[in-house]
Amino acid sequence: MSLNPNDIARIANLARLELQADESVRMQDQINAFFDIVAQISAVDTQGQIPMAHPLDAMPNLQQHLTDADAQGITLRLRSDVGSEPNDREANQRSAPAVERGLFLVPKVIE
Amino acid sequence: MTELHHLGVAELAALLKNKEVSAVEVATRFLANTGGNPHNAFLDIDSEVTLAQARASDAKLASGSAGPLEGVPVAHKDVFVTKDFVTTAGSKMLSGYRSPFDATVVARLRQAGMVSLGKLNCDEFAMGSSNENSAFGPVTNPWDTARVPGGSSGGSAAAVAARLTPAATGTDTGGSIRQPAAFCGITGIKPTYGRASRYGMVAYASSLDQAGPMARSAEDCALLLTAMCGPDLDRDSTSLNVAEENFSKDLLRPLATAGKNGQPLRIGVPTQWLGGGAHSPLDPDRPFRHAEGTHETVQARIEAACDALRSLGAEVVAVSLPNASLSIPVYYIVACAEASSNLSRFDGVKFGHRAKDYADLTDMYKKTRAEGFGQEVKRRIMTGAYVLSHGYYDAYYLQAQKIRRMIADDFRQAFAKCDVIAGPVAPSTAWALGDNSDDPVASYLADIFTLPASLAGLPCMSLPVGLGDYGLPVGMQLIGSYLQEAQLLNVAHQYQLATTHHQQRPGAVA
Repeated sequence: MSLNPNDIARIANLARLELQADESVRMQDQINAFFDIVAQISAVDTQGQIPMAHPLDAMPNLQQHLTDADAQGITLRLRSDVGSEPNDREANQRSAPAVERGLFLVPKVIE
Repeated sequence: MTELHHLGVAELAALLKNKEVSAVEVATRFLANTGGNPHNAFLDIDSEVTLAQARASDAKLASGSAGPLEGVPVAHKDVFVTKDFVTTAGSKMLSGYRSPFDATVVARLRQAGMVSLGKLNCDEFAMGSSNENSAFGPVTNPWDTARVPGGSSGGSAAAVAARLTPAATGTDTGGSIRQPAAFCGITGIKPTYGRASRYGMVAYASSLDQAGPMARSAEDCALLLTAMCGPDLDRDSTSLNVAEENFSKDLLRPLATAGKNGQPLRIGVPTQWLGGGAHSPLDPDRPFRHAEGTHETVQARIEAACDALRSLGAEVVAVSLPNASLSIPVYYIVACAEASSNLSRFDGVKFGHRAKDYADLTDMYKKTRAEGFGQEVKRRIMTGAYVLSHGYYDAYYLQAQKIRRMIADDFRQAFAKCDVIAGPVAPSTAWALGDNSDDPVASYLADIFTLPASLAGLPCMSLPVGLGDYGLPVGMQLIGSYLQEAQLLNVAHQYQLATTHHQQRPGAVA
């Protein structure tokens, strides 16, 4: 399997990255070199293996530490749905590129 | 008295507690060392902030309300957000960014009394193993300034080795604490995934990222790790609900009785990692590409360190990690997939860089990200977007997650035969600046020994075991079972009590 220039353009669009022409060529070569070492995984027999999305579900000795939510089969804990952080809008917007009257500004979306 | 900058965390804490030296004196001494920014290790220094923290620490020391590490300096890898210093994660995307809050790890270390010397250089968004991917220039290795310090916590490792700080924080996603610690001849530990809160750590790969300390001894690392770790249940959904622990508690256990039920400690050495090199499980007769590059001196130092541990009362046994060499494709698929998702937040709207000229919203996103991200970050985002895209998800992402399970199972079986696993951290000592910059896959392959424990989420550390090629440090990796950080630190401390490798310092450091 090898990615062609169209694949690179399609992925760059998905990733919202503008690539220069020479950058695309280099990217294509380097990603293809990576997929050369990825090829070996397709030959591995993984029948019956449960995908491991997270290290927490591989820690058998942690059962005693699991919360109720974990015990119900949810790997990752959810906190209670209550507000816990102070309203700190000004501090949170201080690093925004464009703000007006407490709102983040973006280019016009609707004509 | 030894000059202050040569003292470690434990020694400085004792002097401060006994009021033989003040926090301001200590901070002033280290600020003098960081002046001129040797090795380009720091990205932000603000002596006013540091001295204000030191004065507050002196007040606490005077009033008897001091924390356990009151007045001892530390510096933070720039992926931890901080209120008082700029946070860039080594990226142009976050140039000049000031966080409205402190990361939990930063807040906890301040709570324990540590005074921050500033922020440390790293590979952009912690993606890299040489620190050459920083948007703010590479860090140089204090042992040889023509060489890399390792990465991604390269600034942290170089700063500790060069005596710019007695300790630093690092983060480890696929080896980013262990490998730079090895390349710079210091000690570093990545705890079990979930021990340290990820709140306020700029995310790269969320199922792998974990914070840890880097210092000059296991004893010092234990002190920092104890302060850093603890449940943060409301702010990090992956924080373990495990009580805080004193990681110094087992340091003095003799190895002859440090194993299960008072038996001698059993150290497992993976047959795939030493003696003949690592091999592809798909074809045992064909050496995997990285094996040819594993330096003989690295093997020799690891074997000598195992002999030293044996003479301290440990037993060394062979174990097998048959799927470990698959870690390279598995890790880079999983980490890139998570990175492409995590880094979607950098869109030029809420914080960070925004392009100047654009046609519309989508164009703004694309130009902002094209300008803000470096090559390695773009490559990983692209790789991640691809493996998650329609038609490829099962073949790559899901298959990688299944093999990740097999790798974790290998460790589970190995730990039935031993207490800790030992091996190299990296196949070589530090390479020259520029050596791998045009061949990213070559540097991925050098991660072979650190990736397996990361994928499994196991605690693991690096400690110096002598000098190898070109007089550069070699690191030994120790991997423990889940939550067994105290045992790893016990083994490392016993080794460091009996040897002097961790006391060696770069020739140029006075």
